[in-house]
Amino acid sequence: MSNALVSNSVTMTGRSLRLSARSPEALLTALLLPVMLMVVFVYLFGGAVSIGTRYVSYVAPGVLLLCAVTGASTTAVTVCQDMTGGIIDRFRSLDVRGTAVLAGHVAASVLRNLASTVLVVAVAVGIGFRPHASAGDFAAALGVLLFFVAAVSWLAAAFGLLVRAPEAANSVMFFLMFFCYASSAFVPVRTMPWWLHGFAEHQPATPVTETIRGLLLRQPGHPVPLGSALGWCAGIMVVSVALSAILFRRRTAA
Amino acid sequence: MSDDLAIEASALAIEASGLAKSYRDVAVLDGVDLNIPRGSVFALLGPNGAGKTTTVRILATLTEADAGQARVAGFDVRRDRSQVRRRISLTGQFAALDEAQTGEENLRMMGRLARLSRTQARQRAAELIGRFDLTAAARRRVGTYSGGMRRRLDIAASLVGRPSVIFLDEPSTGLDPQSRLTMWQVIEGLAAEGVTVFLTTQYLEEAERLAETIAVLDGGRVIAQGTAGELKQRVGSQRLDLTCSGSAAFAEVSRYFADHASHRDEASLTLGVPIQGSAAEGGAAEIRALLDAADPGRVLIASFAVRGASLDDVFLTLTRHDHAQEAAHV
Repeated sequence: MSNALVSNSVTMTGRSLRLSARSPEALLTALLLPVMLMVVFVYLFGGAVSIGTRYVSYVAPGVLLLCAVTGASTTAVTVCQDMTGGIIDRFRSLDVRGTAVLAGHVAASVLRNLASTVLVVAVAVGIGFRPHASAGDFAAALGVLLFFVAAVSWLAAAFGLLVRAPEAANSVMFFLMFFCYASSAFVPVRTMPWWLHGFAEHQPATPVTETIRGLLLRQPGHPVPLGSALGWCAGIMVVSVALSAILFRRRTAA
Repeated sequence: MSDDLAIEASALAIEASGLAKSYRDVAVLDGVDLNIPRGSVFALLGPNGAGKTTTVRILATLTEADAGQARVAGFDVRRDRSQVRRRISLTGQFAALDEAQTGEENLRMMGRLARLSRTQARQRAAELIGRFDLTAAARRRVGTYSGGMRRRLDIAASLVGRPSVIFLDEPSTGLDPQSRLTMWQVIEGLAAEGVTVFLTTQYLEEAERLAETIAVLDGGRVIAQGTAGELKQRVGSQRLDLTCSGSAAFAEVSRYFADHASHRDEASLTLGVPIQGSAAEGGAAEIRALLDAADPGRVLIASFAVRGASLDDVFLTLTRHDHAQEAAHV
């Protein structure tokens, strides 16, 4: 990686963070929505779910994943907004690569998610979540979560390049949220109809949730599918980065 | 700039030959040649859809031409894209600014992207804010700026990296008269510093006031090029305005002059015809002969006047043919 690419990406990250700090909707999505989701799942849905352990302990990692997905999907909107305005031409005429612009959006998304993750964990602990994890487990869980956020943010960036309107870009959120709902994030897969098992067990949200849950709760006999989680994240990331590069070139070629 | 040997080697800031570009099946540019000396102000004049923006985007390396060659600031726009980009700036029709950042933050960001250090970027931002009269608004978000302020900041942002060639795509479109005047002063200031300015415009007045050389672009081709004076000569330095005695007379005189008329105002029954030579100098014999030829019965034309040709006359005369064709297709 060249120096200019790194330095431009850092400048772009600063830009994206400033822009999201000044956008009330983005702040709301990034910080308030995760906390609301936590509360909704534990108090509104939680009473009807009996899975043998306290639901808050089961669902907290799932909510973290859902927050990661909603937070990351705002990347689609910010990228799309950039592409519909004149600023990309200015950046390009300054010889800033598309990769640097997108990397800035993704890095800002990861940092926003770091803040919301801390907030959600704090709220979860406040309402009874008791993780049994060492400092190393915590760090590993956070690392996996942020890697997932980065991968999904790149995917969202690619989607933002594909659609023409920011409103349409926002719809990527619902598509991504579906993956969270149809996984072990909120209820165990075994409670789902049989025909959904295959999908639920073999899509990225399940191994990522199970890894984070396993690392945070450290229950004996509960596997931690770390390899599968990292593999999915790496795969999504590689495909999305390549796809974004192609889409950016195609979008700016005219 | 002493290390820029490539620039030293050429007296031309922009040289383009045979630029062509099509979108799907529509040819937007169809063989554009341009030679623009360093340090000059050049205006590309044309109606909407003439291909002005496409030309600018090709020269500014943002779009690739389908055919043809172009060198900007001494470098090939295709092969040495990065080198070209380090020496140019582009200000498009839509402000390339972040509304949610302040004016100063925008300028500092552009400075960092233009390879300035943090300190340099801050200094350069302060300098440009002062120069473009934005001191009071520097710490306000761009979203609160007026159209004129926004355009000034946009140009300031394009200057952060001290480009030697500046592209301005319709810099005064959408501005109120006061802001337009300020914009003209800004462009004149740039020209005085010795940078090469390439601007596109739909306004002849703007091209005439700012540019040393004007090229008229229509239907993807440069149909005329020269100084404002030279262009006027191509059509005639004076215009003979003929006011007809009625609408039937107007129609008949119009038919007689056909494409030669550069001005046609049906409401006032007036037809403008460019004239050259001694007629243009007020030679009575020539004008009498012209009137007699157009109106042998001496009933159609009620009065006449001779006035100086404007660039509008040049422009309308040069582009008339195509427009007639366009209308015929509809």
